[in-house]
Amino acid sequence: MLSIKVTKRREAFALDVAFEAPTPGIVALFGHSGSGKTTLIDIVAGLLAPDSAAVRLDELVLIDTSAHFALAAERRRIGYVFQDPRLFPHLSVRSNLLYGLKRAPPPHAIGFDKVVALLGLAPFLARRPHRLSGGERQRVALGRALLSQPRLLLLDEPLSGLDAPRRAEVLPYLEALRDQLSIPMIYVSHQFDEVLRLANYLVLIEAGRILAAGGMHEVSLRPELTAMVAAEQVGAVLEGVIGTVDAARGVAQLNLGNGTLLVSAQGARVGARARVQLLARDLIIATQPVQGLSVRNALAGTVSAIRDDDEAQLVSVDIGGATVLARVTRDAVDALALRPGLPVFVLVKAVAVRTHRF
Amino acid sequence: MHEFWSAAELDALRLSVQVATRSVLCSLPVAILVAWLLTRARFAGRSLFDAFVHLPLVLPPVAVGYVLLVLFGTRGPLGHWLYAHFGVELAFSANGAALATAVMTFPLMVRSIRLSLGSADRGLEAAARTLGAGALDRFISITLPLMLPGILAGSVMAFAAALGEFGAVITFVANIPGRTRTLSLALYTAIQTPEGDALALRLAIISFALGFAGLLLGEWLTRRVRHWLGP
Repeated sequence: MLSIKVTKRREAFALDVAFEAPTPGIVALFGHSGSGKTTLIDIVAGLLAPDSAAVRLDELVLIDTSAHFALAAERRRIGYVFQDPRLFPHLSVRSNLLYGLKRAPPPHAIGFDKVVALLGLAPFLARRPHRLSGGERQRVALGRALLSQPRLLLLDEPLSGLDAPRRAEVLPYLEALRDQLSIPMIYVSHQFDEVLRLANYLVLIEAGRILAAGGMHEVSLRPELTAMVAAEQVGAVLEGVIGTVDAARGVAQLNLGNGTLLVSAQGARVGARARVQLLARDLIIATQPVQGLSVRNALAGTVSAIRDDDEAQLVSVDIGGATVLARVTRDAVDALALRPGLPVFVLVKAVAVRTHRF
Repeated sequence: MHEFWSAAELDALRLSVQVATRSVLCSLPVAILVAWLLTRARFAGRSLFDAFVHLPLVLPPVAVGYVLLVLFGTRGPLGHWLYAHFGVELAFSANGAALATAVMTFPLMVRSIRLSLGSADRGLEAAARTLGAGALDRFISITLPLMLPGILAGSVMAFAAALGEFGAVITFVANIPGRTRTLSLALYTAIQTPEGDALALRLAIISFALGFAGLLLGEWLTRRVRHWLGP
């Protein structure tokens, strides 16, 4: 359990947050720039003094101002990957990687060779940081933080300084990290697609306060989130297990709650846990079973709520153990007489659904 | 060799280099500390301290030499103490000349080191901190290498200036051949001597060449180190 309770008055806003998240796992701090995300993790890292704070990682107290206790930043053993890579310019990549490792008390559970292999750093160990591309630098920064044998890893928008191809280069390394090392992480981002691929606990933060916190599915339904992301990114996040993969037909079956969803077979493995986001704009609601359509998925469910959303209506449908969101026009709501309690079918094209390992 | 260089020239040159080297070596650690204090530390009287450090830039060198003589002369409070406890005599010695040039060139060194410390990215120190480095460790492994361009430039500049320091030296340690007669003192003496014109010209040319070479070397070293540190 990672338990964080922090207050800090700044010029632009007052940070006042408290949440608890499961460990190990990736907690995403999601919010606009200037909402206090970096201030919060600077306090967790010990680089910034809070007005008041109680931060606990499992049994270890990092800071507790009510008991006048604060572990010095250099003794917290919290890895920090900053927005800019902050590699030491006078040291080679190898020496940068070893900087934290040399200072970490043994035993060293995360070995040099393992990190070099995991992040693909072997080709540039002898180089100096200014001879690397942006993506490569951020991978080195990631490796350097990992090799300091951290109890907790903080990632402050590590991809924000990179263009789209570089982001696509680094993201899989972050996924590999999450899957192969069980280090708790806090991932700061204002890009929902990164959060979707990486996090398993989501904290929404705005103007120094927490709007919502919880598991991905739960928070993905919250109006606070749908208000924060772009309209085309609104949609329920569902988690399930891949049942079957039919490579010949190009589809896989994802078991979710009581139902199954046909998804694109790309990257799907039988038995793997997978996460999908059903985008609200991709869903179609039908009041009767339909035939003669190319749509592969018709999930039976019940309308649970209808709310206004960006010139249209956002309909929540309980599909048994999970909820999905569909965006439809007001006109459609009236024509179909949609109301809470009405049994409906939710249609979604299999190709519109991308699975993510998690 | 001896046909070309006269003994007086060689003595003055050797002594100047010795004095300048000692002066730079002794003032460098203090200059780094003072530069750090002026850039990073917050304390009462900081601007007063800043002004005090820069005083030798604006004071007449003779005044600085006189103050040194009062403090470090054989009867001065500090000079007496040094002699009684360590047997060190600064007045009228090469070490005294080194002290006088160190005081005079100190502001040059501090300014240069301070500039490079000011432009060093503090984010790197924060990163080192999260990687487990304590304050002294961070200073030695990160801050000091980042200050290297300024330290080198400051040292070379101070060295070149120390070769030519005149007023403070002659006031504090006088003009004793072989002991305190550095290049500029020898030059001054030659000018004062009948038929010393040829020697004076040669000494002036040597001073000019040394100063010029020092500045060029400093520039070159700084560029090399900057390149080594990356763009």
